[in-house]
Amino acid sequence: MSMHIMSAYDEELKYLTRRISEMGGLAEQMVAESVRALVNSDLALAQKVISDDTVLDDAERQIGEKAIVTIAKRQPVAADLREIMGSIRIASDLERVGDLGKNTAKRVIAVAGSGIPRKLARGLEHLAELALVQLKEVLDVYASRSPEKANSIRERDEEIDAIYTSLFRELLTYMMEDPRNITPCTHLLFCAKNIERIGDHATNIAETIYYMATGAQPEGERPKDDTTSTLGSVND
Amino acid sequence: MNIMSEAAVEKALDQKMNTVPYKMIGKDVSVYYGEKRALFDVNLNIRENTVTALIGPSGCGKSTFLRTLNRMNDTIENCRVTGKITLDEDDIYDPTIDVVELRARVGMVFQKPNPFPKSIYDNVAYGPRIHGLARTKADFDEIVETSLQKAGLFNEVKDRLHEPGTGLSGGQQQRLCIARAVAVSPEVILMDEPCSALDPIATAKVEELIHELRTNFTIVIVTHSMQQAARVSQRTAMFHLGNLVEENDTDKMFTNPDDQRTQDYIMGRFG
Repeated sequence: MSMHIMSAYDEELKYLTRRISEMGGLAEQMVAESVRALVNSDLALAQKVISDDTVLDDAERQIGEKAIVTIAKRQPVAADLREIMGSIRIASDLERVGDLGKNTAKRVIAVAGSGIPRKLARGLEHLAELALVQLKEVLDVYASRSPEKANSIRERDEEIDAIYTSLFRELLTYMMEDPRNITPCTHLLFCAKNIERIGDHATNIAETIYYMATGAQPEGERPKDDTTSTLGSVND
Repeated sequence: MNIMSEAAVEKALDQKMNTVPYKMIGKDVSVYYGEKRALFDVNLNIRENTVTALIGPSGCGKSTFLRTLNRMNDTIENCRVTGKITLDEDDIYDPTIDVVELRARVGMVFQKPNPFPKSIYDNVAYGPRIHGLARTKADFDEIVETSLQKAGLFNEVKDRLHEPGTGLSGGQQQRLCIARAVAVSPEVILMDEPCSALDPIATAKVEELIHELRTNFTIVIVTHSMQQAARVSQRTAMFHLGNLVEENDTDKMFTNPDDQRTQDYIMGRFG
């Protein structure tokens, strides 16, 4: 896009873009490390993820403050306004992604020592891989601002939802097999849910980017394949 | 319960705006100053009881277009207008049109407040007097009072109606000029950067006034302030190098304009 006549305005917008990218990088790292800590029962790594979260929280606050000041000073319109509003929304999604990573890390202590079955661990890792790919791609789209790519990410959230549903079933089976599994499996269920939520935030971000680029909301319902809300009910 | 989706509401509003009848229709309007062409086949219609803002960089033709709407360009030597402009059904460039009467129907407020060197009262009564809109003193008193009230100035000046209009503050002078324009009951009011010489408070008062006047009048305003155009208008037209680049709902224009030149201009970027 062409430059502003006032170059300081461009600097302010660049600041927002740079900080969002930094937040994205850190959020990605936290999620990856939290799952690694969970699978390997690595308490030190879990602790690191928990303390990293404050950095992400601070970044979100700083982005919000900068956005407010920029709005007050520049009275942005059109694409500039969408850019700034988009930054606020994306920062808040990324902050939530960080929180989910932190929550997973906290559960490492509870689950550690109970020995996660290899198959379950692999399932979680796979779910996390997909969520991370989605997060990474959405951050790439943030850099390129391609509305087409933003739309395609939005459509892929289905896959994560499907794996989450199958993990849910699997965890239920373990719990039914042996009541001693209930505590660790409940924690793992929350971990799986955390990871699944990351996919939703990536989708939110994709929708925000679409809006930033086009000024229009993406069309159609968001694809959904998470059926766990009715799983185990009488009709299931 | 029937809740309209956001898109449906938007569409309904658009349709509502689309059903507002045109007060003035400009068709293929071109303006030449001698050899120099200032406007190129502009097709722009002005909707009734709507504030239409004309924006664009200096020299883009927005003031020139504004001035064609009440034939203000007639006063400029060598100026030639082609195309057709109608006010309701009347072709305003028809040779049989009385220009003085036209300017009573299409009033104008200028950039710099320009009250006559007369009393506040006489400034407002001047138009009705020359157009023969009132006979008795009581009639004049009433027109002066209601016009000043419509311009939001009456309470500030009611005790000094016979003091000179030039003694008022800049913002008050501008509202006096608006009262003067309103006094002859025009149908359309043209405003050429009415706030560029005013401070923010006086500007806010004039903008509030524009907002209220919209109920009774059709308003066309030229402004260099993007924020002002966004605040006061329902429709915005963007001019560039003598061409009409885009005309749209103001809400759309300032969130997601169609034309790249509009984008660059309103965002303060150089294209």
